[in-house]
Amino acid sequence: MMQAIHFKLNGKPVNLRVDGERRLLWILRTDLGVTGPKYGCGEGLCGGCTVLVNEAAVLSCQTPVKDVKGAEIITIEGLAKNGKLHPLQQAFIQHDALQCGFCTPGMILKAHSLLAENPEPTRDEIIQAMDENLCRCGSHVRIVQAIQTAAKQMKGGKQG
Amino acid sequence: MRKEEYAKPSRSLTTSSSEVSRREFLKRIGLLGGGIVIYVSFGDISSRAQQLTDFNAFLRIGADGRVTCFSGKIEMGQGVLTSLAQMLADQLGVPLKSVDMVMGDTSLCPWDMGTFGSRSTKYFGATLRHAAAEARAVLIQMAAERLHVPPQRLTVKDGQVIDSQNTDKKVTYAQLTRGKRIERHLTQRTSIKPAFPHTVSGKATGKTDARQMVTGEARYAGDIRVPGMLYAKILRPPVHGATLKRIDSENAKKVNGVKVIQDSDLIAVLHKYPDEAQKALDKVHAEWEIPEPKVDNRNIFKHLTASAPPRQTVTQSGDIEKGKRLAAKTFESIYFNQYVAHAPMEPHTAGVHIEGKRATVWASTQTPFWAQKEVARTLGFASSDVRVITPFVGGGFGGKTRNQQVIEAAQLARLSGRPVQVAWTRKEEFFYDTFRPAAVIKLRSGLDRDHRIVYWDYDNYFAGARSSQPFYDIAHHRVSSRGGWMDGGDQAHPFRVGAWRGPGSNTNVFAMESQIDIMAEAAGMDPLAFRLANLTDKRMRKVLSAAAVKFGHRFAKTPSRKGFGIACTDYQGTYVATMAEVKVDEKTGYVRVERVVCAHDMGEVINPLGARLQIEGCITMGLGYVLREEIRFKGGNILDENFDTYELPRFSWLPKIETVLIDNPAMPPQGCGEPAITPMGAVIANAVYDAIGVRIFELPMTPERIKKAIIKG
Ligand code: FES
Ligand code: FES
Repeated sequence: MMQAIHFKLNGKPVNLRVDGERRLLWILRTDLGVTGPKYGCGEGLCGGCTVLVNEAAVLSCQTPVKDVKGAEIITIEGLAKNGKLHPLQQAFIQHDALQCGFCTPGMILKAHSLLAENPEPTRDEIIQAMDENLCRCGSHVRIVQAIQTAAKQMKGGKQG
Repeated sequence: MRKEEYAKPSRSLTTSSSEVSRREFLKRIGLLGGGIVIYVSFGDISSRAQQLTDFNAFLRIGADGRVTCFSGKIEMGQGVLTSLAQMLADQLGVPLKSVDMVMGDTSLCPWDMGTFGSRSTKYFGATLRHAAAEARAVLIQMAAERLHVPPQRLTVKDGQVIDSQNTDKKVTYAQLTRGKRIERHLTQRTSIKPAFPHTVSGKATGKTDARQMVTGEARYAGDIRVPGMLYAKILRPPVHGATLKRIDSENAKKVNGVKVIQDSDLIAVLHKYPDEAQKALDKVHAEWEIPEPKVDNRNIFKHLTASAPPRQTVTQSGDIEKGKRLAAKTFESIYFNQYVAHAPMEPHTAGVHIEGKRATVWASTQTPFWAQKEVARTLGFASSDVRVITPFVGGGFGGKTRNQQVIEAAQLARLSGRPVQVAWTRKEEFFYDTFRPAAVIKLRSGLDRDHRIVYWDYDNYFAGARSSQPFYDIAHHRVSSRGGWMDGGDQAHPFRVGAWRGPGSNTNVFAMESQIDIMAEAAGMDPLAFRLANLTDKRMRKVLSAAAVKFGHRFAKTPSRKGFGIACTDYQGTYVATMAEVKVDEKTGYVRVERVVCAHDMGEVINPLGARLQIEGCITMGLGYVLREEIRFKGGNILDENFDTYELPRFSWLPKIETVLIDNPAMPPQGCGEPAITPMGAVIANAVYDAIGVRIFELPMTPERIKKAIIKG
């Protein structure tokens, strides 16, 4: 059923008239042209489509767009502030925590929600939190290191 | 440095003949305003130019002093974008950030066979260094004339030519090239004076495209948008080999905004939103005739051995019968591995935009020039009127070489008259994967009384021959191969197979290095000592010793109950030794890999950070095919459709990974994207044996297989 849907995407208001059952992933990627969230499986099994909805990591391929009415959505494109990279983005670069980069947006946003909940995660907690996010290139070792580095940085008050 | 993006369809392609005019070509590569261009016509013969030009590499120094490398290779996560730029920057004496890489664009880059087999640095990189050395010589000559200084006195640094006796006397590359057009064509290798000391190569360098990846700016084929583009979803058979009997698409046609296309076997639903196209496709009712399944996971090995072509000798030496007679102890084993999927995180995707008699294609591919040819054939265009652009590629691993999705997008763009994107679903990605072939290795070997390997008879069914040449000192050996992944092995399989990261080698090293451990135990020796006792190859000895030092534990005769494993290989010139530590839960059969140490001798190391990243990736990815990954199938029916049943390695599997890079600058750089994945089967199988005294002969070593083997004893 077509309905009016409003939300905030990377700080900007969005007004849509769409079928509310459509998945957020496709609304973002095609209707809105925001291609950071990636399709990897379509069934909630890979984490490639992860976005932040009110700070929490959400699988956009599983989320009907009607569920995000009024929400604040952040995609990878919205993480840097005024050209300044978020500490997680910095740390992923610093540690070379990526190869093909296809899983990277989902990884960073998932880590973002982890750090929002638990600013000082142990290695095991990082591994547990990230376990549903798949990376075929095998960048895992460095992703864990990058999250540890970012956590330290953020604690240092550099940027939240 | 940045990855140049030519995402917009080019308006500058004005020729419609099959030959691109010279002027047109110079315009394309931005040389009309002046600059230096160096063409190279030697190097990797596989990349020999075949159509547009007679060179296979070139670089341009523009009037702005920026250096651009045009390469038909592609970047898919393996890091060549960075390492090639490093090699170029070094040889040319410019900072890394003034190098631009244009890769995998068929309109701009010289023809290339494709990106696979860890060849990019080894072959293309070497060619590129020659081009850079020539460019440097040209620049020095120009500077000598301009500064009135003999060329011997000039050095290059940071994009300038400098008089070594008076450093105030200098001129930038940009000043030298402005307004001039200089073209050089290298047809022979010259002895390149190495640009020592290396200042850029050899330094750990983060991926230069990382920033685009962490900000979401990196565009993959599915992220390219063209006005008016439609997304296509294609009707697929339920199993390989099925034939369509009846189709009813009336309900799909009723969906708002949908275009249904039917062209003999190609039935697709197009819509401006991919999810809507999928919904409409689900309304298509199709009836299929499904062939009776003949093979499945259980009887596949029997089937393969029965349908194999005759033995082809890969290598042999001595007299196999004599070797057999010399043997005091003989060993006979059969090794198996199941089909494995590539499963890159980015499924096959392509967009095609036809304008008049020209087409622009954005493809997730390892073989853009083959894609160009296929599209040209599909559309009846000249190849030069088809431009294939390879944007960022979300992983390939050998699986993105056949371009089926590109051909589909081209057909649908032609039939619909609109730009079309085809992006496979994960289910399609599993269905059409060109799997790593299931394979069988029959291996007989023997030891003499002095515990020397005297006999080795290796019969390989369908794995492919790569890495199967023994590097131990074995006087009498015979290695053969039947129906590899390249040479017609396809027919025996119920679906398509192909190259998979380290093709052939994963299976071969599993069998070879498991067998070595079996013999070590029989010789009463620890597996490291046994290897060294049968090995004179100095490089391999060194790699093994380096790994052992890092590993830090002493090996003992197996099974020592400690869970230590070892395996080594020569992968196309890169030497690898891997050691691992595992724990096995004997009740559940579950293997936990605690630690992996990997030593690598890949010749000169261009980018140590990139190399380590590749090795870590190989080890992590390798755990998948070793412990879990196998395609379940019944005839042409692929039962795994997504990551719920087909399990990839996850964070929770992570062992501690340590890498050792052996400094070997005297040897030209070898490949590094694949070698370290190939010993993973043997190193884990050997460690499992060391832990519990049970030998596993089949990959993957799932908990069920291990439990079964334990019960069998
Ligand atoms: S695409 Fe959403 S979890 Fe994989
Ligand atoms: S970097 Fe390629 S999938 Fe993670």
